[in-house]
Amino acid sequence: MSARVGDRDGAVPDLPLVELRGISKKYGDLLANDGIDLAIRKGEIHALLGENGAGKSTLVKILYGIVGPSDGEILWEGRPVVMTTPVKARALGIGMVFQHFSLFDDLSVAENIAVALGKDWSLQAVRSEIGKISANYGLALEPERKVWTLSAGERQRIEIVRCLLQNPKILILDEPTSVLTPQEAERLFETLERLAADGCAILFISHRLEEVRRICRHATILRLGRVVATLDPRGSSAKDIAAMMVGSEVGDIASRKHEPAGEILHVRDLELAPETIHEKALQRISLKVRGGEIVGIAGVAGNGQSEFFSALSGERLSQRDMVVIGGEHCGDVGIAARRTLGGAFVPEERLGHAAAPNYPLSDNTLISHHTAGDIVRNGFILKEAAEKLSQQIIQQFDVRVPRPDPEARTLSGGNLQKFVIGREIISKPKLLIVDQPTWGVDAGAAQMIRQALVNLAAEGSAILVISQDLDELFEIADRIAVIHDGRLSVALPTAEWTREAIGLEMMGVGQKDLFDAA
Amino acid sequence: MRTAAPIAALLLAFGVAGLVIAILGKSPVAAFHVYVIGSLSDAWAIQELMVKAAPLIMIAIGLSYCFRANLWNIGAEGQFVIGGLFGGWLAITFHGSDWTYVWPIMLLVGAVAGACYALIPAFLKVRFGANEILTSLMLVNIGQLFLDYMVRGQLRDPRGMNFPQSVAFDPSATLPTIWGSDRVHLGFIFALVAVVLTMIVGGRSIFGYRLRLTGDAPKAAQFAGFSSKTTTLLAFAISGSLAGLAGVCEVSGQIGQLQPTISPGYGFTAVTVAFLGRLHPVGIVLSGLVLALVMIGGENAQIMLKLPLDLTTAFQGLLLLFVLSADAVVSYQFRFVMGGRRR
Repeated sequence: MSARVGDRDGAVPDLPLVELRGISKKYGDLLANDGIDLAIRKGEIHALLGENGAGKSTLVKILYGIVGPSDGEILWEGRPVVMTTPVKARALGIGMVFQHFSLFDDLSVAENIAVALGKDWSLQAVRSEIGKISANYGLALEPERKVWTLSAGERQRIEIVRCLLQNPKILILDEPTSVLTPQEAERLFETLERLAADGCAILFISHRLEEVRRICRHATILRLGRVVATLDPRGSSAKDIAAMMVGSEVGDIASRKHEPAGEILHVRDLELAPETIHEKALQRISLKVRGGEIVGIAGVAGNGQSEFFSALSGERLSQRDMVVIGGEHCGDVGIAARRTLGGAFVPEERLGHAAAPNYPLSDNTLISHHTAGDIVRNGFILKEAAEKLSQQIIQQFDVRVPRPDPEARTLSGGNLQKFVIGREIISKPKLLIVDQPTWGVDAGAAQMIRQALVNLAAEGSAILVISQDLDELFEIADRIAVIHDGRLSVALPTAEWTREAIGLEMMGVGQKDLFDAA
Repeated sequence: MRTAAPIAALLLAFGVAGLVIAILGKSPVAAFHVYVIGSLSDAWAIQELMVKAAPLIMIAIGLSYCFRANLWNIGAEGQFVIGGLFGGWLAITFHGSDWTYVWPIMLLVGAVAGACYALIPAFLKVRFGANEILTSLMLVNIGQLFLDYMVRGQLRDPRGMNFPQSVAFDPSATLPTIWGSDRVHLGFIFALVAVVLTMIVGGRSIFGYRLRLTGDAPKAAQFAGFSSKTTTLLAFAISGSLAGLAGVCEVSGQIGQLQPTISPGYGFTAVTVAFLGRLHPVGIVLSGLVLALVMIGGENAQIMLKLPLDLTTAFQGLLLLFVLSADAVVSYQFRFVMGGRRR
């Protein structure tokens, strides 16, 4: 086949723009990619679907030149190429927006972008180009803002603009909508569709099936390193696609019938000043959660969720009357006291916050159980009791472990999350507050975790779930409130919300005056 | 691997020292003989070893509480001095009195004084976020100079012919010796007691867990409800009290009076002892003996081979450097990248 140099404004070529043939990647014993074939044409929006650990990131790293494949080849516009480094990939016209951003916190938006562009670009040219692209594609950015002041959604925009400035022929996006509101996601899709119409191919990595079905007409599904299907996502239901991703049926959440009981958590005009410049001030937040109900807090990352969590858990102290658990005013006491009152907490960060990475699971049970009296006596640790408790959690919550008592960091994200949540649920707390229960967790574990929360509520506990995943909140929450800029809206019953309405509240431009009514 | 690292560091340090000695024109073998063999040659030498090792072990045990929690108490030398000073002060105050047991109270006073002195950098850290390395280190100078000032002034023996030293302590204010020895005093026993207590506390208690967690995963420690401020204050207090206790033991058992300087750098050498022993009580005992050996060997070598005492100090510095580097080499994988693609 004669090689043809791809041209952007010629006729649609019959050659794929980029083709991966038989790509394999071995890491020691682990086969992360196993003989993967993938072809993307010019102007195509192609989804790469799969659970966490399916091999999507590895494949994309190979395409972008970060790692080399153990086997297989890459063809660019019909010619075999060796992607030695991302520099070469970018030179060919591959742009990538990572899930975890590579930005210099201390530099400004313009400086971060200029760093990637090379010597021919002056800072002034960069600034004006940023302005143009921002306006064109609706990716609002202030060129002079320092990156550490920006939210995750704003940082992602920098990454996207950085790619766009290099006129890519294919743009790879890794889980781009995880940090966006529905409206922002919609804008992103419009941007992507415009890019595709201009001839730029899009490789869209996601696990969000509805989104994939909205904009992609081609999808490749990976499971355990292999391609299990290549199809048009619109031709199959979300359920079928999910089943292909997981390899088995992913059940629905069994709903429960119950009547909400008495009030267990009462937050009254909670105010919290930020400790550092990176934090959001909490302003007059009020909320009630009753036993048996699940209240969801929706919001884009960076609007005060972590600060709210800390104020409720007791890691940050406020005023006595601002937090009431089980009738006890506890705003000014720490987390140990709140646990004694029946509170249980699961923070966003599994490794380093919820669990100590280098400690075995039995040691990690101590973190929230050392005041409970069952595994610590007279100031001494009862090692067998701690190990027993750890085993109980592992069994009850289906935590897959490589050894009987492994170190926390050797567990996969989903399994560690099951452990960390199980550790709290096992003591049947009156109140459970969870921040991002299924972030970075595979579909099977996520489903198990959500079911566990629903079951706990059915037994009469009050549950507060802070989540950036709207689908999750719509699935399990009875009421949803939105947090924006450190303020909390009224918590309306889920049935009264639409995704659009929530999205607007998340951006702070809601029509209902919900933030003052609280 | 983790136990091999300190041993490797030790061998490396010996190797480098041997090299330096050779450059100085002396025989490394002869030096080794004097440093190591000579210091273990007879019963008297062993006693000297125990006398020097006791304060090192006691201070290093105290330091392990802080270092475990990532609190860098570099001022143990100052806490040692202050403990010795206040214990000695008590001895001087009760000089000539009828009391038979002054020394137990001295020990208590010295420990408390050391604890209070260590609480200064702790408080500054907790209240103002002041870096404890700097504050504790600066307080060393202050402590030493204060001792010097007191010994030349208020605490000077009026009948000491204007020498800057205090009265010799009464027997009631002198730490008894043990096992019929002339030299080894109770301080050695106290050091061993501290070791045993720390083994129990460190491994099995929730307090030990708290310290470790604070050092290894501070956010998790906060999440567990362990206030980092309380942890800081407690760890420094314990560390200071042990250093102060060591100071009193030295003054009361070994020196027998107050002098302008009462420490050949125990507080700083103890930092190396702590790390060489991997912050573990048993390791600290072993490394305390090793470094006591080095200190005595250095004195002997100065006399017998005319090797400068600074060599001993340099050796200790090298040893600390190698121990800490060995930790890094063992914990991380070094890869030299020549540019181009990484696999």
